Amino acid sequence: MDAMPKWAEIVLVPVISLILAGVLSALVILAIGESPSAAAWLMIEGTLLRSSGWGYMLYYTTNFIFTGLAVSVAFHARLFNIGGEGQAMVGGLGVSLVCLYLPFPHWAMALPVALAGGALFGALWAAVPAYLQAARGSHVVITTIMFNFIAAALLNYMLVNVLRPDGSMDPSSSAFPEGTHLPTFNDMAAALGFERMFRAAPANVSFFAALIACAGIWLLIWRTRLGYEIRAHGHSESAAAYAGISSFRIIVIAMLISGGLAGAMAINNVMGEAERLVLNAVEGAGFIGIAVALMGRSHPFGVLLAALLFGFLYQGGAELALWTKIPRELIVVIQALVILFTGALDNMVRMPLEKLFAARSRGGGASARPVPAGREVHSDAGGEG
Amino acid sequence: MDLATVLQVLDSSVRLATPLLLACLAGLFSERAGIFDIGLEGKMLVAAFFSAAVAAVTGSVWIGLAAGIAASLVLAGVHGLASITFRGNQLISGVAINFLAAGMTVLIAQDWFQQGGRTPSLIGGARFTAVDLPFSGALSGVPVVGPIYAELISGHTILVYLAILLVPLTWWVLFRTRFGLRLRAVGENPAAVDTAGVSVIGLRFAAVAICGVLCGVAGAYLATALQAGFVKEMTAGRGFIALAALIFAKWRPWQALAACLLFGFLQAIALRYQNIDFGAFIIPVQFMDALPYILTVVILAGFVGKAIPPRAGGEPYVKER
Repeated sequence: MDAMPKWAEIVLVPVISLILAGVLSALVILAIGESPSAAAWLMIEGTLLRSSGWGYMLYYTTNFIFTGLAVSVAFHARLFNIGGEGQAMVGGLGVSLVCLYLPFPHWAMALPVALAGGALFGALWAAVPAYLQAARGSHVVITTIMFNFIAAALLNYMLVNVLRPDGSMDPSSSAFPEGTHLPTFNDMAAALGFERMFRAAPANVSFFAALIACAGIWLLIWRTRLGYEIRAHGHSESAAAYAGISSFRIIVIAMLISGGLAGAMAINNVMGEAERLVLNAVEGAGFIGIAVALMGRSHPFGVLLAALLFGFLYQGGAELALWTKIPRELIVVIQALVILFTGALDNMVRMPLEKLFAARSRGGGASARPVPAGREVHSDAGGEG
Repeated sequence: MDLATVLQVLDSSVRLATPLLLACLAGLFSERAGIFDIGLEGKMLVAAFFSAAVAAVTGSVWIGLAAGIAASLVLAGVHGLASITFRGNQLISGVAINFLAAGMTVLIAQDWFQQGGRTPSLIGGARFTAVDLPFSGALSGVPVVGPIYAELISGHTILVYLAILLVPLTWWVLFRTRFGLRLRAVGENPAAVDTAGVSVIGLRFAAVAICGVLCGVAGAYLATALQAGFVKEMTAGRGFIALAALIFAKWRPWQALAACLLFGFLQAIALRYQNIDFGAFIIPVQFMDALPYILTVVILAGFVGKAIPPRAGGEPYVKER
């Protein structure tokens, strides 16, 4: 019996978790001697009240949509892909190889090819953990953690020994050619005659690619046969197997899609922002995907909202670090609290709510309708469908 | 390569293996009781910070060690609350703990010391100093044996010897005591333990607490013995290498010692030599960095002896399901 109505499940539980995380974060800010309300105002002012703030926020949001969707797809198949960080790193390598070695006359041609390159490399990086989980039962969480470290070593090797231009000390590739420059929001606004909008902000056309990815994943999960099979496998592996759904196939496909989405993130941070491959280009976005997917309840629309929230927090955190004594790491703490409350301590919020709703539906059912004479109260409650 | 170089590399392997071993044994207790712990890294990190911070303020490394253990126990308590009491996802809880540690240590370090997320350098009694074993001076003249005794076996901090002594102790506790039997049983079949009238929740909390203490010692070793103070992100993935060593050792204490020494040796080699030139081919340093993780994946894949985790690992226990 479901004790809670659907809206409580979808809205109330995450909102209460978020409030708990917010209250604790405010206490942390208080403890280090700053004012939480001033900090919140500073974050809002530096993010939402300036167009360049929006430009930064939506840049971060784009990263988090890709990694959040990556974690969500794996969640639907009941797989926990912690490897988004490594997959996004290797995806950056794929995007860079495409941008460096293929000549493109125009960004509109470069973008789809780079997207495919990033997704392919990301998917390949997820393929080994996927195969090992599907065929040999090696826990995908552990193997993807290991692959994050292997990816960091690989990227370090590629940048220091292969992609670094001669004579450069910097472990980074040479700059991408002009034809791969993605239009930023500033370029787009300038084309419409607003030169001052989104000035110097890194948000670019990849944001729209991320929105399309949201819609695509929604279609995939809820409107295709494959999506149905992924969800069925996630709900009950044995029931899915009984219905003829191959567990091996679903694990591998879900992980490949997941890795591909994480790898596709590189069109934003590598191709759109840095325009060359640098060490630590991902900046933890792969891990934030976990928080985004948990908060968004693995639904693409929820992921979009959660990615916007984390984009706001990231840009706001940068503002705080600039104007106050609060270091950027405050955002890492908030991120940890969100993961803790929406993920691990989910039952702490859920259990009391379920009790509350159970009590209300019993008490409410009796008082809302007058009980006909001779009928007992509890038979009424029990007979509802 | 002469004996002196070999001894230096081996000596540095032992130093680097010690935090891995402590964290690995911590994970061993937790995972044998059925609680997966990918938060070893975070617990080590808070312990490293609080041990260094308190040692810097009080000037006593022992008070620092106690503070480190206490901080690690707090995070272990959070993990226990989430994964035992509220039956949440143990992996997600571990991820949260790692981020909580990464953020809080820098935040508090900046608030207390204003040195960009580090503690002041530790001097004098605020650090663990080397212990010279008896006769190390007298024997140093003896060829081969003398240098090995003086360089490799003697001259480490007390925590190194403690970590090595913990290996037989862990073996004895897990395989020769009633508590150990119950602890292992609760990781394989908690319902059976419950039926026997022993508290599953109590045993699992005990295991998580032991894990917290050992991670605390590991973190304190990093900041007050291996190095002189805390720097941001100083655990640098050691918690995950310890996790890798735990799988490599297939959740057994003696094998954990061997795995940690191997991984410590790899770290020592990577620290000392950048690229290893064999003439015909060169092994890049990045490959040495990645080797522990690659080896773990190979072991997990089951091509070289299968690693089977405790059966009830990762599953919250619900009475009378």
